[in-house]
Amino acid sequence: MPTISRDEVAHLARLARLAVTEEELDLFAGQLEVILTSVARVGEVAAADIPPTSHAVGLTDVFRADVPRPGLTQQQALSGAYATEDGRFRVPRILDES
Amino acid sequence: MTRLTRCSAAELAARIHAQDITAVEVTRTHLDRIAAVDPALHAFLHLDGPAALAAAAAVDDGLRRGDPPASPLAGVPLALKDVFTTVDMPTTCGSRMLQGWWPPYDATVTRKLRAAGVVIVGKTNMDEFAMGSSTENSAYGPTRNPWDLDRVPGGSGGGSAAAVAAFEVPLAIGTDTGGSIRQPSAVTGTVGVKPTYGGVSRYGLVAFSSSLDQGGPVARTVLDAALLHEVIGGYDPLDSTSIDAPVPPVVQAARAGATGDLTGIRVGVVSQFRGDGYQPGVRRAFEVAVSRLRELGADIVEVSCPSFDHALPAYYLIAPSECSSNLARFDGMRYGLRVGDDGGRSAEEVMSLTREAGFGPEVKRRIMLGTYALSAGYYDAYYGQAQKVRTLIIRDFAAAFDQVDVLVSPTTPTTAFRIGERVDDPMAMYLSDLCTIPANLAGNAALSVPAGLSDDDGLPVGLQVMAPALADDRAYRVAAAYEAARDDADGGPLVQRVPDLEVAAR
Repeated sequence: MPTISRDEVAHLARLARLAVTEEELDLFAGQLEVILTSVARVGEVAAADIPPTSHAVGLTDVFRADVPRPGLTQQQALSGAYATEDGRFRVPRILDES
Repeated sequence: MTRLTRCSAAELAARIHAQDITAVEVTRTHLDRIAAVDPALHAFLHLDGPAALAAAAAVDDGLRRGDPPASPLAGVPLALKDVFTTVDMPTTCGSRMLQGWWPPYDATVTRKLRAAGVVIVGKTNMDEFAMGSSTENSAYGPTRNPWDLDRVPGGSGGGSAAAVAAFEVPLAIGTDTGGSIRQPSAVTGTVGVKPTYGGVSRYGLVAFSSSLDQGGPVARTVLDAALLHEVIGGYDPLDSTSIDAPVPPVVQAARAGATGDLTGIRVGVVSQFRGDGYQPGVRRAFEVAVSRLRELGADIVEVSCPSFDHALPAYYLIAPSECSSNLARFDGMRYGLRVGDDGGRSAEEVMSLTREAGFGPEVKRRIMLGTYALSAGYYDAYYGQAQKVRTLIIRDFAAAFDQVDVLVSPTTPTTAFRIGERVDDPMAMYLSDLCTIPANLAGNAALSVPAGLSDDDGLPVGLQVMAPALADDRAYRVAAAYEAARDDADGGPLVQRVPDLEVAAR
């Protein structure tokens, strides 16, 4: 039976870039425990020699003619941005040092 | 004369194309109906009456000029699930993350609908990013079931199903990752189809679980669903998983089925999807439906698909895993919400604050579940093993379809549950998808057709018909035959018995 600690949930939230609250940690730890216990039933199936399926329809390389196709204009691409500057996305600093 | 809102899409189209009525009149009547009942229902997140009337007027103009209709559904109003991008309307996916986002491009489904002259009246409510079975996970509040306003309309596509059941529109588009078209259709007494994976383009469908997501039609009759299926289906070079093959002849199959003969059709009843755990009224309605198929000439056999018992756990590993990866795109940088950008915080901090504020609890749960299942040390036991179960489910379907033409089961184990009943219990919510998930994991076609009312609570029950990949037409044929027999026995279509909401709305 899988057990998932509050610390593990906090770690998962960090990995998933979710600034969860203390109350959420309590709630999610309990709920994820219940869900994981249930889904762990996949382990009951003897499947050592069974190949995995990632996709129901076989994936094949898809090609297209090597001709230019119009994409979004710069204006369209920036149309949903929170902030822009000089025709680019303006984002917060990416390094920790200010 | 039948009220326009009570007509099927096929009837409306025929009258519009014969210029007996105008598309503008049809659209206006439906917009009036929406204005009257949607305050009680909340099926729509966004409406654009002027644009819908303009699109309808364009269809009328063409017909007046003597142009042939752009498609068999030209001029018919439709509601689009708010997960397909539209340049002229917001696309929110039921999430605060995308509140007010106007996409810079149309989904292929949107483009095909426009090209076919179908009148898109608005965008429908849904569980956030299509994760849920009740539409209660929408950031904009739940949609209510027109059969009983205290109950859920299913999910994630509860808005689309409720809009069709409440006669707000004759047609809608949904998406089905684990049952999000079929389960809402079952609990609202409508027809919902998950086409074969790859049969309808995913371009512009905001991704939840890419190997499972599939758009499809919602309607009040099997023929209407088939007509819509042919409008939206077909190969799309912009979707690398789109199947490069003709759309199965679903309209022809629906018309053939309606003649009511299933002689020689072999129907398999899935042994895993009956018995305990099913609401007694659902079980009885299902048994009646199976006897009706037998009366129509079908050979009924019981078929065992043992791996289906593990479909639900496999799905709730695979879908969250793909979701944790797909939803990484919502980082607050290029579009959508951004929270906490005070000039001091780093991009990573802003990203975490944005995702915390922008996502609701179910989306967060699934992202964390997927992150867990894909992490080193757990991958083989969870995601890897789920992928193997997926192989076994595909093999079970293959073996079953060696013996029978279609498989049937109840669409979902219960009728519509009460709003709030399952929100605090994710596993109870997940069980709604028990019978619909195998077809998503295997990628084959499946639909839900109304199978009467449950005798214990008077709410609609769905009959699920599953067919092999690219044999969508078989499911339509069986469903259309069943629908005709059911209507004959009941003295009219089930959905016409939905309570009149104008009274309820007051």
